[in-house]
Amino acid sequence: MVDKKPIILLCLVAIIAITPLVMYSGLGEDEGYFGGSDDAAGELIEETGYEPWFNSLWEPPSGEIESLLFALQAAIGAIIIGYVLGYYQGQAKARKREEVDEQVMSTNKISK
Amino acid sequence: MHIMEGFLPWQWCLFWYLVALPVVAYGIIQIKKITDKHPESKPLLAVSGAFIFILSSLKLPSVTGSCSHPTGNGLGAVLFGPAVTSVLGAIVLVFQALLLAHGGLTTLGANIFSMGIVGPFAAWLVYKGVKKIGWGPSIGIFLAAVMGDWLTYVTTATQLSLAFPVPTFGEAFAKFMIVFAYTQVPLAIAEGLLTVVIFEYIMKLRPDILIKLKVIKPEKTEEIVEKMPGVA
Repeated sequence: MVDKKPIILLCLVAIIAITPLVMYSGLGEDEGYFGGSDDAAGELIEETGYEPWFNSLWEPPSGEIESLLFALQAAIGAIIIGYVLGYYQGQAKARKREEVDEQVMSTNKISK
Repeated sequence: MHIMEGFLPWQWCLFWYLVALPVVAYGIIQIKKITDKHPESKPLLAVSGAFIFILSSLKLPSVTGSCSHPTGNGLGAVLFGPAVTSVLGAIVLVFQALLLAHGGLTTLGANIFSMGIVGPFAAWLVYKGVKKIGWGPSIGIFLAAVMGDWLTYVTTATQLSLAFPVPTFGEAFAKFMIVFAYTQVPLAIAEGLLTVVIFEYIMKLRPDILIKLKVIKPEKTEEIVEKMPGVA
C-alpha cells in the first residue's frame, strides 16, 4: 500500500506555492510583484541614504547564468538526498528478504 | 534572509562574524565527535546539508506578492543540533555568496547568525519542548521547521533594524518585518510540511540511527513498526 500522507503534504505545499500566483495572476515584476524580499530590504536600506561599501566579487552576468547556478545548487542537494534515501530503501528491502529467508530455513529444518 | 554584500556597516559585519565564528568552530568539533561516535549517522549529515541546499535555492512566491525562500535548517537542527547546522548553513551561504551574489562575504557572519544559529537553535528548542510535552515526533518536526524558518527571517529583520535604526529602531523593525516576516509565514508552513515528509521517511527506513542520535525514543519506533508491519 502506498502511504498517502506524504502525497497529501506535498499537495498542500503545492497549494501554498500556487495560491499567490493565482491571487496576483496577470501581474508581474513591472507592477512590483514577485520580486525578492532580499532586494526589497536592500532598497529600504538605500532609502536611508546608506551606500554599500563592498560589492560582490563576482556576479552572475545574466539571469540565465543565475538560474543555471540555482538549478545546480538544487541538483547537488537532490542527488545527495536521492542517493542516501534510495540506499536506505534498498537496505530495508534486503533486510526484509533476509528475515523471510531465515524463516523459510527454520521451517524447513523443522519439517525435516 | 540574505543581507546583501556591503549592506551592513563594517562594525556590524565584524560583530556578527565574532558572534558566529565560535559557534561554527564548535559545530565542526561536534561533527567530528558525532561522526566518530556514530559513523552510521554520516549519510544523514549529508542529507541535512543537502536539504538546506535544495530548500534555500527555491524562491517561492508568497501571498504578500513577493518572493522568498525557505531555509531548510530545521531538519539538521533536530537531527544534529544547532551548532552542527551552523556549519551546514555556512557552507550553503558561502556557495551563494561566491557564485550567486546572494548574500556576501562581508555579511556572511550576519547571515550565518540568522540562518545557521538563531533559526536552528529555535528549531532545536521547539523540538525538545514538544518532545517533553509528549506530542509525536512529526508534530515536533513540523513546528520546529516552521519556527526555524520564520525566526531566521525575524533575526534578519532585527539585524537590519539594529544597523539602520532610521528614524528609530521600532519603526525600522516594523518596516523590515513587513518585508521579511509577513512574506515568510506561508513559506515557513510549506517548509514545515516538506520537513515532515523527509523526516517521516527517514524515521520509517532507519529509526535505529534516530534513536542513537536521541531524536526519538525507542518505544516510538515500536509503535511505527506496529502500524506499518513489514517496513522494519
